[in-house]
Amino acid sequence: MDRTQTEARIAAIIEPSNKKGIALDDAATFVGDFEFDSLTVMDFVAAIEDEFDIIISMNQQAEIETYGQLVDAVMKLQK
Amino acid sequence: MTDLFSKFDPMIELRAGLLASGVTDPFGMVMERVLSPTVAVCNGRETILLGTYNYMGMTFDPDVIAAGKQALDDFGSGTTGSRVLNGTYAGHRAVEEALKEFYAMDHAMVFSTGYQANLGIISTMAGKGDYIVLDIDSHASIWDGCKLGDAEVVPFKHNDIEAMDKRLGRIPEGAGKLVILEGVYSMMGDIAPLKEMIAVAKRHGAMVLVDEAHSMGFIGPNGRGVAEDQGCLEDVDFVIGTFSKSVGTVGGFCVSNHPKFEILRLVCRPYVFTASLPPSVVATAATSIRKLMHGSNKRAHLWENSKVLHAGLKAKGFQLGTETPQSAIIAVIMPDLERGAAMWEALLHEGLYVNLARPPATPAGMTLLRCSLCAEHTAEQVQTIIGMFERAGKAIGIIA
Repeated sequence: MDRTQTEARIAAIIEPSNKKGIALDDAATFVGDFEFDSLTVMDFVAAIEDEFDIIISMNQQAEIETYGQLVDAVMKLQK
Repeated sequence: MTDLFSKFDPMIELRAGLLASGVTDPFGMVMERVLSPTVAVCNGRETILLGTYNYMGMTFDPDVIAAGKQALDDFGSGTTGSRVLNGTYAGHRAVEEALKEFYAMDHAMVFSTGYQANLGIISTMAGKGDYIVLDIDSHASIWDGCKLGDAEVVPFKHNDIEAMDKRLGRIPEGAGKLVILEGVYSMMGDIAPLKEMIAVAKRHGAMVLVDEAHSMGFIGPNGRGVAEDQGCLEDVDFVIGTFSKSVGTVGGFCVSNHPKFEILRLVCRPYVFTASLPPSVVATAATSIRKLMHGSNKRAHLWENSKVLHAGLKAKGFQLGTETPQSAIIAVIMPDLERGAAMWEALLHEGLYVNLARPPATPAGMTLLRCSLCAEHTAEQVQTIIGMFERAGKAIGIIA
């Protein structure tokens, strides 16, 4: 799957939780910009994992702060 | 200079705001005198205890107390040493023997607290390249055990068999896998569908650890816990438990049939690098565990208490953590922290102590008044408790 396709599928999952309609910029942060709390993060990670059939362990999650980092991680984990 | 404490400012403000409303500090209560497993004097008032985890009421058992006193006389006040050096006394061996008999398992290892048992076993067993798959509502000691080790940590939605199955299926071929579950989840008092979950874990070739801290002594025909009750204890590789609930003292343990289990005594740092339990504590624990083997009448009475309180609170209109009573814990859901604290205080004024539980300890950001019943609560006390809840709930506006 190329980056554009991956981004489109991630965007669809972020959409319902993106209450303020923040632009999906590579530098946008989940906690700061999208204002995800710990419960939202948990459900969001589970949804991404199921969408792409991957594992994003807690250890990997700690390295993912921005939208761009998430897309990179999902691209890498799909291989 | 950056004040390292500035990260606690939100918590400091939350606490200050709560106390400014005039409510008694729910986290600063002192038990001035303890009269029995179910009654203490708190803030000068005789109070029924409904938040102690003292499920089987062993804390004032005469045999337990006599064993502790004898050990103090015979072995002194403390061991001043690690289990692997000068800290293993006859009593430590004796309590491990009692545990092996209680669970009918080959090995038992006693830690200084239940927290350390999880910390030690999990961090030591699951290392770099291994995967830990665990329920998202796991106890803090399980999460801290994960954090202390180097394994990849993969949580799944609470009690969700399919979510667990999917995650286990995605783990790379050949990696070591440890599934961590609890028998009773202590915040809501709900139990896990262990039989189904363990079958899935085994199909994926995972080892299984079950924390039975809140079920030991009470749930299961022999009080071995939820896994025993559901007929799947033989498929559990490691049972973690504690002495600070049904056993009535302090300490933690792991029991297992794994043939190489004993090596953990040399490689498990939270076991090696801490002082062992005092002789009086292991003596009280061993006596209590042996008495719990024959506790079926008390178990039946505790179930009765749990059922009556659950039905009583439900009938008064309280929202509870579980539809049916599943353990000795009944969680009463509060609308928010402010009203939860007010209700907690109103109950204290009625003469009832329960636990006020709030995030991050609770799931889904809930504020709970957590009640844990004791086999020594009389049927009359349980009725008194329901009346106290009704009066306090109406006064605070939790129920109509």
